[in-house]
Amino acid sequence: MNLFWEGYAWPTIVIVAQIIAMIVPLLVAVAYLTYAERKVIAAMQMRKGPNVVGPFGLLQPLADGVKLLFKETILPAGANRVVFILAPVLTFSLAMVAWSVIPVDEGWAIADINVGILFLFAISSLGVYGVIMAGWASNSKYPFLGALRSAAQMVSYEVSMGFVIITVLLCVGSLNLTDIVLAQRNVWFCVPLLPMFVIFFISTLAETNRAPFDLPEGESELVAGYFVEYSAMAFALFFLGEYANMILMSGMTTILFLGGWLPPLGFAPFTWIPGPIWFFAKVALVLFLFLWVRATFPRYRYDQLMRLGWKVFLPFSLLWVVVTAGALLAFGWLPK
Amino acid sequence: MIVQALAFYLFAAIMVASAVMVISSRNPVHSVLFLILAFFNAAGLFVLLGAEFLAMILVVVYVGAVAVLFLFVVMMLDVNIAELRHGFLQYLPIGALIGLILLVELGMVAGAWVISPGAGAAAHLPIPPPDQVTNTAALGHVLYDHYVYLFQSAGLILLVAMVGAIVLTLRQREGVRRQSIARQISRRRDEAIEVKDVTSGSGV
Repeated sequence: MNLFWEGYAWPTIVIVAQIIAMIVPLLVAVAYLTYAERKVIAAMQMRKGPNVVGPFGLLQPLADGVKLLFKETILPAGANRVVFILAPVLTFSLAMVAWSVIPVDEGWAIADINVGILFLFAISSLGVYGVIMAGWASNSKYPFLGALRSAAQMVSYEVSMGFVIITVLLCVGSLNLTDIVLAQRNVWFCVPLLPMFVIFFISTLAETNRAPFDLPEGESELVAGYFVEYSAMAFALFFLGEYANMILMSGMTTILFLGGWLPPLGFAPFTWIPGPIWFFAKVALVLFLFLWVRATFPRYRYDQLMRLGWKVFLPFSLLWVVVTAGALLAFGWLPK
Repeated sequence: MIVQALAFYLFAAIMVASAVMVISSRNPVHSVLFLILAFFNAAGLFVLLGAEFLAMILVVVYVGAVAVLFLFVVMMLDVNIAELRHGFLQYLPIGALIGLILLVELGMVAGAWVISPGAGAAAHLPIPPPDQVTNTAALGHVLYDHYVYLFQSAGLILLVAMVGAIVLTLRQREGVRRQSIARQISRRRDEAIEVKDVTSGSGV
């Protein structure tokens, strides 16, 4: 009995509690990211944004959620039912699963695994399946076109993202996310690897299908792209998944380039603030960049998008991998 | 241990079931989706073995890239099921032969284990104990320290294969208008615009 309690039951309870402690704030963050997006873009366009529901419109995300919850879920007659329903569930759950390895502070990760960054890369490369499955299962032309675009786009930008990650790994010497953050004690990687930081940020925009790379859901040509046929909660799951992915990618950028939970300078007034607050502040900063970009830039044309991915980012990041590796070797800076 | 055994049987059972579904399901897109599920469970088995690097690479390469291309192609095919059934019987002997060869080879591997347990250890490099070296580092040592030339030549062969595939499929079409961004940007006002005085009533 004691063995059962200490060996199985208690660890299960601890893990479930950790998962809840991660997921609930994440969902709240997703809800308020939609609010922040509308407010930020409104401010940039000199409008007011949501301001009716609750003080400063703060209850708007809840109102939207309730509205979507009570709407009717429509299954199109020609749709492949199982895949059609599986797609949004997959998108949403993948966006949640990836958070299991993100360290918010030293030791504050649900699973601090050896190959953390590869896990994140693997999970983010699976995101394309939600989109493809949705597009195919809808059995309709606009979703299908959106899905095809999205698949090509996400696969293309993954390649340069992979090279950016390799550059960071060269400087760290470990695939563990905690090690990656701790390696930035002296200087954040966004300083010596500034070009890779820029490439990574732009690639995350493409990877999350955000403006200016939101061709998979380009309203002007494809109505709403791969989720045209979705309604109510299924649509909401796509929406939540997209925003959770944005937060995830911001978290990844923070860990790889902005020093995770580390304060910007290692002395008194900065070190008083606990690590998780630094982490969230940096994630919020990157998210603000996401919104800023959306408010500022027009949508890319599709061939230019592909050109940027394959003919600009890929050779450049490959070159930078070689340069970084050469510099580390020449100056003897290779991590032990 | 019980948890690990349960996880093993769960992954193995789902993997075998989805592998059967890959070849038996009627819809080719469903086949690819089941194939992805099988890859996933294989990755789970790798993790149980302690080979987490291989597990993640399996997911990144096979699920994240290869299967996407599969799905991409299969989705756009207009497949006639009846035709497929016809081909199934035609290719059954070859498929059965390949399956048989694989089975015999697997049997031989297992047989070597049973007959002389030391043979496997003598054939390959000693594996460092997992608590000293992460398996990423161990794999790196094997690939880049001991077999670097073989590794490089494998890379070269892949490069040749890639070039070959591009050469075989590249078609130069006539009359394709390409965009030259540098030329567009370097255009000046006086090259692009011409100001003309047009008297009313007459054209340009």
